[in-house]
Amino acid sequence: MPWDLDNNRPIYLQLMERIQQDIIAGVYSPGSKLPSVRDLALEASVNPNTMQKALSELERSGLVYSQRTSGRFITEDKTMLKKIKRNLASEHIRQFFEKMTLLGYNREEILELIQEALKEE
Amino acid sequence: MKPILECQGLTKKYGNIYALSNLSLTLERGQIVGLLGLNGSGKTTLIKLINGLITSTAGQVLINGMLPGADTKKLVSYLPERSYLNDHMKVEEILSYFSDFYENFNVVHARAMLSDLDIDTHARLRTLSKGTKEKVQLVLVMSRDAELFILDEPIGGVDPAARDYILQTILTNYNENATILLSTHLITDIENMLDRVLFIQKGQLVLNATVDEIRTAKRESVDSLFREVFKC
Repeated sequence: MPWDLDNNRPIYLQLMERIQQDIIAGVYSPGSKLPSVRDLALEASVNPNTMQKALSELERSGLVYSQRTSGRFITEDKTMLKKIKRNLASEHIRQFFEKMTLLGYNREEILELIQEALKEE
Repeated sequence: MKPILECQGLTKKYGNIYALSNLSLTLERGQIVGLLGLNGSGKTTLIKLINGLITSTAGQVLINGMLPGADTKKLVSYLPERSYLNDHMKVEEILSYFSDFYENFNVVHARAMLSDLDIDTHARLRTLSKGTKEKVQLVLVMSRDAELFILDEPIGGVDPAARDYILQTILTNYNENATILLSTHLITDIENMLDRVLFIQKGQLVLNATVDEIRTAKRESVDSLFREVFKC
């Protein structure tokens, strides 16, 4: 099943986001080895060079590191993983507020709606 | 290492009409490149020049630094837009024909792909559907250990399921020293697989950029940029 990618945003960015998401969600655990570039590219149905670029960027951010001959591994730095998780959460919340504001709700009303929704659950 | 393909001031005139006009282009190894343009924009003319099937009016093509000829045909694996295979031959016969003809033809590989696609190698070509014939040809072309693959409309006639298989096949077989140049109108289907796209318009190269460069700069897909640039 190819990865679900948008048509209008750079592919490598979306690959980075997806892998980041998978790391945070625990699909790959801290310290474990990532599949090879070719396998990931096949799984996503994308060009291996694009996958390579996504992984190099993730490496630059420190989320993954490569070991000369044995491949790429997920960082074991729990603080960093936590920070990235927190950033992703903030981003989701920002987007949510943006959409609710577009619907015409103010901050208090949004909070009320969230509390109501939580009660219903 | 020399670039796998270099076109320098390539021009082809038919009577008073320029099919290609002063086209210069360099392709490095290890890329999958989409050749895009409207019907009659010069895509097939360019492809035929690279394969030495026609001669240029001016300028030249270099493949690994060599002019098209016997030596470059070993390096280039070409899927033409129309079949050149004899309809009366069985798939099996064509396999041995290719084995005799090309020293870099990998028959084991070809058989494996044909069996994945459920194609009976004892069938005669003329008994196969149009799509199946296209699959056979693409398998033959992709089974060569070439350095430059040139595919003229490789997925036009096949069903979406086989299209996915073929695209996966291209990705699987693709080696880091080879370059694939493919022309197509089905941009959306292949956009994620491409490194680079070339837009050809009226015999001229109007765009040569990577897919992600386009998406970063224009905030749109190659497909929608194509529709914009070539709007009728």
